[in-house]
Amino acid sequence: MAETLLSLYVFVLSCFIGYFVIWGVTPALHTPLVALTNAISGIVIVGALLVTGFQEVGTTAEIMGFFAVMLASINVFGGFLVTNRMLSMFKKKKK
Amino acid sequence: MTLSHDVQAIAYLISATLFVLSLKGLTHPSTARRGNTLGMAGMAIAIIATLLGAEVQSYGFILAGLVAGGLIGAVLAARVQMTAMPQLVAALHSFVGMAAVLVAIGTFLNRQAEGTLNAVLMGELSAGIVIGAITFTGSVIAFGKLQGLISGAPVRFAGQHALNAVIAIVTIGFAVHFAMTGSELSLIVMTLLAFLLGLTLIIPIGGADMPVIVSMLNSYSGWAAAATGFTLHNNLLIIVGALVGFSGAILSYIMCKAMNRSIINVIFGGFGSESGGGEDSAGAAAAEKGVKSASVEDAVYWMEDANRVIIVPGYGMAVAQAQHALKEMMELLEARDVEVKFAVHPVAGRMPGHMNVLLAEADIPYDHVLEMDEINPEFASTDVVLVVGANDVVNPAARTDQSSPIYGMPILDAGKAKNIYFLKRSMKPGYSGVDNLLFYQDNCSLVFGDAKDTIEGMVTSLKGGGH
Repeated sequence: MAETLLSLYVFVLSCFIGYFVIWGVTPALHTPLVALTNAISGIVIVGALLVTGFQEVGTTAEIMGFFAVMLASINVFGGFLVTNRMLSMFKKKKK
Repeated sequence: MTLSHDVQAIAYLISATLFVLSLKGLTHPSTARRGNTLGMAGMAIAIIATLLGAEVQSYGFILAGLVAGGLIGAVLAARVQMTAMPQLVAALHSFVGMAAVLVAIGTFLNRQAEGTLNAVLMGELSAGIVIGAITFTGSVIAFGKLQGLISGAPVRFAGQHALNAVIAIVTIGFAVHFAMTGSELSLIVMTLLAFLLGLTLIIPIGGADMPVIVSMLNSYSGWAAAATGFTLHNNLLIIVGALVGFSGAILSYIMCKAMNRSIINVIFGGFGSESGGGEDSAGAAAAEKGVKSASVEDAVYWMEDANRVIIVPGYGMAVAQAQHALKEMMELLEARDVEVKFAVHPVAGRMPGHMNVLLAEADIPYDHVLEMDEINPEFASTDVVLVVGANDVVNPAARTDQSSPIYGMPILDAGKAKNIYFLKRSMKPGYSGVDNLLFYQDNCSLVFGDAKDTIEGMVTSLKGGGH
């Protein structure tokens, strides 16, 4: 139980960080923000790696893990690349 | 090489720090790309640290998944049209949701095989599965609505909220039973019900509320990641999940505020369906009288002699792909010493900040694009306002007509300008189904036609050397 409680501490404090950091984001970049958070929520890939790599050979869990890794990678790669593509378009006036 | 637990924990801490800095980078366009790069670094560290940990024993399936997902993601990112960003985002949300469900069930199977299940763990697993499943089907529906595969109109039927409440309660019931007994049947029923709940929760919500829904599902995908973190006792997932969850929640709040509606109202009240006939007929009666129409040349005549022109873009601009033509017009006007600015309402488009990206895509410098609060004081001293594909966000009814469904919504003060040219395909009302009172003002004229054709007409006229 202690471990779950510790997780709860981390969770609540992280919520505060999220609150303050996100309010600082300029409204002009809200679409890239959604895309970037998409990419970083691909962090579930860590969970997917742990499930997939748990045992040696083809269990049901390993197959599920494979699909989880694939879906999360789509988020990670797709999310960061599309964010980069969008951000590269935001330019100041050329003098 | 195998990393010890402590080394891995430090790597995760560095990764979490990088993610926070990454989001912080979006404070300004000039630091945003660096932010994105920091995010990539954070993700790379997290993945490598996990792969090198003692828990990961086999790599075949992992490699296959990484390569397949990476390729699909890269192709999607390279190919997607900027107008279709909301759909891409919805699709990506659904993937996070599904991944969270798969991870939770996979963890259950692994721990069952190992014989290390317990009630707390199974409770956490249930949370991960339920949130993930709701995110998945909810996002699939949102994707369908955005892509036009499903009607954007709110789907409503009697007893809808009661039905959702019943599904939710029964789902929780099965979750509790699963946590106490480890029954696989309860696990399966709970999962299926959660998938169903995502569907019934999102299907009633109308197209006008898409910016809120996109933000809300963004938030859910974060909570799904956090719940996964609880099941795995992985602090990195918990931290990142909370960041993303809060990001989506704050965006939802901003969007709701920009429509003067509560989140409860968005979730439970379909918008833009059939509103009562009362206010509509009043508007229709007025329509008979005082709407003026103008030609492209009229608008150009006023614009080229103006000191300042403000352009108000809306989703119609995106549909017509008029942003590139607008950029050309902006340059021609600027060459004549006319100041050109763009006014963006927070809910213009189908997702938060959608207009800004489309204008940026057309190479319109971001310092020409202003938010509602910045630009509103300038309308009164502006010669010409050009409304391109927006409607409700400039409707004075939001200020004056208490019976209007959009009453109380903050609007752009376009009506205060000397001349308003409203580009419009037809007389159809906006998304909310509300008639626009701006049309009946003396200083407003409608220019009928496709937005892109109209703007291109203006460009040609401006190139022609004027009058």
